[in-house]
Amino acid sequence: MLDLTYETPKPKVIAGAKHDWELVIGMEVHAQVASQAKLFSGASTKFGAEPNSNVSFIDAAMPGMLPVINEYCIEQAVRTGLGLKAKINLTSAFDRKNYFYPDLPQGYQISQLYHPLVGEGEILVDMEPGIARLVRIERIHVEQDAGKSIHDMDPNMSFVDLNRTGVALMEIVSRPDIRGPEEAAAYIAKLRQILRYLGTCDGNMQNGNLRADVNVSVCLPGQYEKYQATQDFSHLGTRCEIKNMNSMRFIQQAIDYEARRQIAILEAGGKVDQETRLYDPDKGETRSMRSKEEAHDYRYFPCPDLLPLEIEQGWVDDIKASLPELPDQKKARFVTEFGLSEYDAGVLTAEVINADYFEKVAAGAGDGKLAANWVINELFGRLKKDDRDITDSPVDPDQLAGIIRLIKSDAISGKIAKDLFEIVYTEGGDPEKIVEDRGMKQVTDTDAIEAAVDEIIAANPAQVEKAKANPKLAGWFVGQVMKATGGKANPKAVNDLVASKLGL
Amino acid sequence: MSDLTKMKIAEARDALRAGDVTSVALTEACLSAIEGAGALNAFVHHTPEIALDQARAADARIKAGDAPAMCGIPLGIKDLFCTKGVPSQAASNILKGFKPEYESTVSQQLFDAGAVMLGKLNMDEFAMGSSNETSCYGNAVNPWRAGNDDTALTPGGSSGGSAAAVAADLCLGATGTDTGGSIRQPAAFVGITGIKPTYGRCSRWGIVAFASSLDQAGPMTKDVRDAAIMLQAMCGHDPKDSTSADLAVPDFEGMLTGDIRGKTIGIPREYHMDGMPDEIEALWGSGRQMLQDAGARIVDISLPHTKYALPAYYVIAPAEASSNLARYDGVRYGHRAKLAQGDGITEMYEKTRAEGFGAEVKRRVMVGTYVLSAGFYDAYYNRARKVRTLIKKDFEDVFAQGVDAILTPATPSAAFPLGQEVSDPVQMYLNDVFTVTVNLAGLPGIAVPAGVDGHGLPLGLQLIGRPWEEGDLLNTAYALEQAAGFVAKPAKWW
Repeated sequence: MLDLTYETPKPKVIAGAKHDWELVIGMEVHAQVASQAKLFSGASTKFGAEPNSNVSFIDAAMPGMLPVINEYCIEQAVRTGLGLKAKINLTSAFDRKNYFYPDLPQGYQISQLYHPLVGEGEILVDMEPGIARLVRIERIHVEQDAGKSIHDMDPNMSFVDLNRTGVALMEIVSRPDIRGPEEAAAYIAKLRQILRYLGTCDGNMQNGNLRADVNVSVCLPGQYEKYQATQDFSHLGTRCEIKNMNSMRFIQQAIDYEARRQIAILEAGGKVDQETRLYDPDKGETRSMRSKEEAHDYRYFPCPDLLPLEIEQGWVDDIKASLPELPDQKKARFVTEFGLSEYDAGVLTAEVINADYFEKVAAGAGDGKLAANWVINELFGRLKKDDRDITDSPVDPDQLAGIIRLIKSDAISGKIAKDLFEIVYTEGGDPEKIVEDRGMKQVTDTDAIEAAVDEIIAANPAQVEKAKANPKLAGWFVGQVMKATGGKANPKAVNDLVASKLGL
Repeated sequence: MSDLTKMKIAEARDALRAGDVTSVALTEACLSAIEGAGALNAFVHHTPEIALDQARAADARIKAGDAPAMCGIPLGIKDLFCTKGVPSQAASNILKGFKPEYESTVSQQLFDAGAVMLGKLNMDEFAMGSSNETSCYGNAVNPWRAGNDDTALTPGGSSGGSAAAVAADLCLGATGTDTGGSIRQPAAFVGITGIKPTYGRCSRWGIVAFASSLDQAGPMTKDVRDAAIMLQAMCGHDPKDSTSADLAVPDFEGMLTGDIRGKTIGIPREYHMDGMPDEIEALWGSGRQMLQDAGARIVDISLPHTKYALPAYYVIAPAEASSNLARYDGVRYGHRAKLAQGDGITEMYEKTRAEGFGAEVKRRVMVGTYVLSAGFYDAYYNRARKVRTLIKKDFEDVFAQGVDAILTPATPSAAFPLGQEVSDPVQMYLNDVFTVTVNLAGLPGIAVPAGVDGHGLPLGLQLIGRPWEEGDLLNTAYALEQAAGFVAKPAKWW
């Protein structure tokens, strides 16, 4: 393996009135399984359909309807588990989580409490080059999503949209290994990246396809290490769960607020109540969701409509063999194979589509470093300016590789290359042909450059004297020559000639 | 005309194929019998137009030479089965007016085989009851009476409407469902045959769920041959039910030879209950003798965990029911309570369910909720599951010792007067004492009429078979039926 080596980041420390506090965070991420059909009903999962149009009799919990497991959803969850280096449980089972709500037509959610499909795994959360946190995954289970209740369309009535009801979710549960708000956001980002590489979740947080329940507690410095040594939770503080977060920014704000709230309680001699809370982004605070009297008793029990889920090791092995190269491997390979910095490799591998684009450019150009510079600085910069995605980039990898090849062969200068890039970006075309047609080719003919240098030296004797006294001023002559040749002169050749003519 | 309704399925099949009778004639005879039997309250939704359409189509199929065994046979369908466009209420007010847009797999298979639906049959609400008295339609009545006493008797439950309808010759056969004895107990109470097949033999898709790990559909018929014919059409693998078994269905009728020589029949000592009427003991003894005389080897066996079956059943079934019935919330279909100004979703749930469910259903939902709740789950639900495993193992052990079938009484008594036990749920639950073990173990069980009590009321015996061996079980039942020679019919009073 081409693993890079990392140091562990320092935990976030919040200074209380009395002493310092550290944060301990665990996440439960709900990721919608990328699948055409729902987990148990065969109804479509298409986003944005007319309300209540993607609803089967099963989703609507009509009498006598029964769930049948969608094998593809299970395959996706197994793929996710393998992508997180997790143990796949060949026998798992579904349980019912019972509660009443109008967007839960069955009156229970089919989930996996007792025997999840996926066991322990891990995610390497990159913070900055050379620094990353290894977060342990406790389990991944597969479950049904609920529908959507709409309370703000009518003053007297609530509405329910069951399109989402029964869509497959993976609940990815981490250990409390995340140590600050930034790490929490980075954890989500890394998880999202892996899921997108795997094609098991589109990671669209805005649509709610990736959302997190965040468990936050605080402890005194040194306590977390005791927990890690023993896995005994009593070394940690009481946690609160902030439900249903679907923005990285809000996650960070909510954690920060929640940690400070808990610290204030503890420093005042109080006790943190274990509870579920909601984050209000308008007020920037978390609020208790329900009182103890309203606490749910979910009455979990094995779902009698489904037999235990048995999968075969051979099937798991086939899925494993089909896994794509994942971000960590790809990043390490880019560093070793192309000599990129870890930072650049990280930028290029953020999305697999970017990485693929880069690799095509690098192959076509025969130069990974130049390709990386051009993709990151010119292409990404230009696309960002237009608010465009790489999928609709007007410059394809072949064109960009063509530009880079022209630079490498000294046919054009770096400056001209930028002009050329802009032409290709806005007008399209074969870079080589454009350079030819528009006479953009760099002048490497030493005689022509020499003539220009001589002419300028002859016309500016005063400058010549100054430059001889202060060689740094030779750049002025270089600039004049470039100007006189319309920027097409090879800058290196000009530099060399100016220096020798001035006797520097 | 009325003689037509007395036909058995096998006879009618042969007569239909021979052209001696038409399905339309049979169907009309049944419809008219139903019309005259309002006092039995067996049919709660009548579907004469559907019946006659199906009968005409069946006659055409028969004429064309394409006639499966059930083609043209008029049946009653238990109200627990969802039937497309026809009220399907599980005898509950909470499903008032509910007409499904889909057809249950079992009823669809029957219709595909050419069967005719006369209407929907009475039952206990959500199949919870042993006397038919929890039905929202009012109870069905047993066509049998004790001698000259005109006290109305229960047809049993929960498939009491099915039992009454078949016994009174209102239809040739009926579908039932059995969660703890709901086919076998009413069959015994009215002197007909009822088989609960192995769990997973019939699809549960489209049958209103009571306790999903126990519910099975089965036929209720006038004799064992009819049960074999009708079960054949009802069962088979259904990809829409994950618990349905992907196994081939053998030719059940073809296995009815009556030859049980060399078979081993077990008599479980734990089924001798304190206070069991002598008549039941005597019937059981004669059944044992009949099977022995037919050439079977009789062995005394032990099923040591039997006494825990009833308590375990009354934990597991309500637990599943409490979850299965959560969907009846007034949001999407069925009854919704009228709400007061300011009522919210909680009030809607509470009022709807308070109005829609009857007392027995409420009792079981509350018991089920309790046994699954935090702090009680291990003491009740988990312990009951362990008991269930032990009961299953009891049966596996005796089958491993070479026992082919087990003979027990079907019920601890003959049909009892309506109103007698309704106020005492524990007494009512004891009706299931011989039958629940079979559901807990997922085995096939059949009730066969084998005699009458001192008042002339029918009594049944139960045979329990190996899993997936319904054919063998039916054959043993056939031998018992031949030996018992039960031919009594209720005297018509309705």
